[in-house]
Amino acid sequence: MKKLLASIAGLGLGLLASTGVSFAADTKACFVYVGPIGDFGWSYQHDQGRLAVEKELGVETAFQESVPEGADAERAIERFARSGCNIIFTTSFGYMEPTNKVAKKFPDVKFEHATGFKRESENVSTYSGKFYQGRYVQGKIAAMESKSGVAGYIASFPIPEVVRGINSFILGAQSVNPDFKLKVVWVNSWFDPGKEADAANTLVAQGADILTQHTDSTAAMQVAQEKGVKAFGQASDMINFGKDVQLTAIIDDWSPYYIERVKAIKDGTWKQHDVWLGMDKGDVVMAPYTNMKPETAKAAAEIEAKIKSNEFEPFTGPITKQDGTEWLKDGQKADIGTLLGMNFYVKGVDDQLPQ
Amino acid sequence: MGLVEAILLTVFTAATPLLIAALGELVTERSGVLNLGVEGMMIMGAISGFAFAIYTGNPYMGALAAIIIGVLFSLLFAFLTISLVTNQVATGLALTILGLGLSGLWGEAFIGVPGIKLQPIIVPLLSDIPFFGKLFFQQDIIFYFSILLLIGVSWFLFKSRAGLVLRAVGDSHTSAHALGLSVIKTRYLAVMFGGACSGLAGAHLSLVYTTQWIENMTAGRGWIALALVVFASWRPNRVLIGAYLFGAVGIAQLHIQALGFKIPTQFLSALPYLATIVVLVIISQNRRLTMVNTPASLGKGFVADK
Repeated sequence: MKKLLASIAGLGLGLLASTGVSFAADTKACFVYVGPIGDFGWSYQHDQGRLAVEKELGVETAFQESVPEGADAERAIERFARSGCNIIFTTSFGYMEPTNKVAKKFPDVKFEHATGFKRESENVSTYSGKFYQGRYVQGKIAAMESKSGVAGYIASFPIPEVVRGINSFILGAQSVNPDFKLKVVWVNSWFDPGKEADAANTLVAQGADILTQHTDSTAAMQVAQEKGVKAFGQASDMINFGKDVQLTAIIDDWSPYYIERVKAIKDGTWKQHDVWLGMDKGDVVMAPYTNMKPETAKAAAEIEAKIKSNEFEPFTGPITKQDGTEWLKDGQKADIGTLLGMNFYVKGVDDQLPQ
Repeated sequence: MGLVEAILLTVFTAATPLLIAALGELVTERSGVLNLGVEGMMIMGAISGFAFAIYTGNPYMGALAAIIIGVLFSLLFAFLTISLVTNQVATGLALTILGLGLSGLWGEAFIGVPGIKLQPIIVPLLSDIPFFGKLFFQQDIIFYFSILLLIGVSWFLFKSRAGLVLRAVGDSHTSAHALGLSVIKTRYLAVMFGGACSGLAGAHLSLVYTTQWIENMTAGRGWIALALVVFASWRPNRVLIGAYLFGAVGIAQLHIQALGFKIPTQFLSALPYLATIVVLVIISQNRRLTMVNTPASLGKGFVADK
């Protein structure tokens, strides 16, 4: 019996070793997602990028979905690093510490962390999308389309990425109507359709006639469709859920970046970097402008073109912080460091930023 | 529509699935079986309700399908834990994981597809009563059903002979067996009832609450339902209070935020759970009452001595 067990164990080890070798020969790209790929939002769009990599480069890919931020993430990332992945994309802000921790242990594996700012070892790159550019366009549209002059913002967690979006939105709205009001509700979750719907109902009941969200499901869009208020889609085109109410959506298109980076691994040219991809590189795309007045659509297209050509940048002075102190002088542009670590509201946001 | 009405309406919507799932689990636990698979059965109900509403074009068929699938899914649990006497905790957890996985697989085709909503049924005359009419008599069928279910379960457990048998089985399966009562049959039926309720609660999420299919859309509501049963110390009317309290605090915190009160949102998000703890502490002050209501054989497997 003991002998039999030993031989089975031996066989197992042999198998393990041989698969290890076969993996090492090819390029393998692995992805860690914070939500399910079926969220039709943030994680869904990252997975579309993964599929594009598979199709374009023919390399092996693997993914794990619904990985909680924190200790579980570290385990998931480490397992990928051990299983022969050459490059690992960790696609949520909360994976910042785990990614850097695992990266130190596996110097031969490359790590790409989305929306973060820490690169503690040579093999960690960070990348993000300038989604706030799209939010400026949305703010402009909101102010032109709203009758009540109040928009509702469903927010997830008070991290710089989300705060930036709120600020950019209100700046866009103020460029049309300086007295525009923005109500912010924090649901403290990236993904809970029920709670997002509750938040949407709350905001509508309190007078918002435009909804926008920084959470990942389509629930708010559906509430908008039911209640007959306008809304913006998040991360992917949600027109199917709000055919009479979706104004536009910010679409995250990660495909060009993922293909470029995995190709670099294949060619052996991968280098550490920190990029911020915007409308100019085709990573932030606006869905068609629908359900709005023709002049609003025209104004939106104009500002979108200006941002795309880098002629205009939403965070350009004069901008005052919420507490009344001056942040940017007339014509002065925000530096990237402040934007990436943004932890304050600009003037006009009717909310206290959770600390 | 006034703000108060709007708030209460959302509270009702948030509380209904919790109430139904918790009542089902309460009956299951009263028979001595601890089924931790509520989340799994709920998510199966959500996807089957959504899918069959689209297959047939009729959301009522969706709700019916969710009940049937919930029962079938719970039968798997019943067979393992009652017939094969596997560990109830482990099997329940496995059922949840299986449900989340299976529903994701089945739901793949429904991602991004708009669903069919279960429309409210407007009760003639009664719905014209100011304020209350809108709240109580312009709701969907699942809401009405949840209230009937509450009355039915209370009556069944404490006023009917079958309910007495069920409670006897839950309190001491060996004594019940010695009296000639069928422990196995009673527990099978109780687990199936729990499955039906969880399935319907899931369908409420995908046919009423948010008319869409998204993976993991139950987002932990099955676990809250489980906690509510303990919270209610296995009394149906307390489940009602718990479900509505939980829903109300959850909705109220969103309104407090939107009104611009300067209270940390993390604290507000934790409020429903804090409220639960406070009530649990108050309830457990009376130890004797708690002991009386707790099914003594809860979670223990039963093997008949031949």
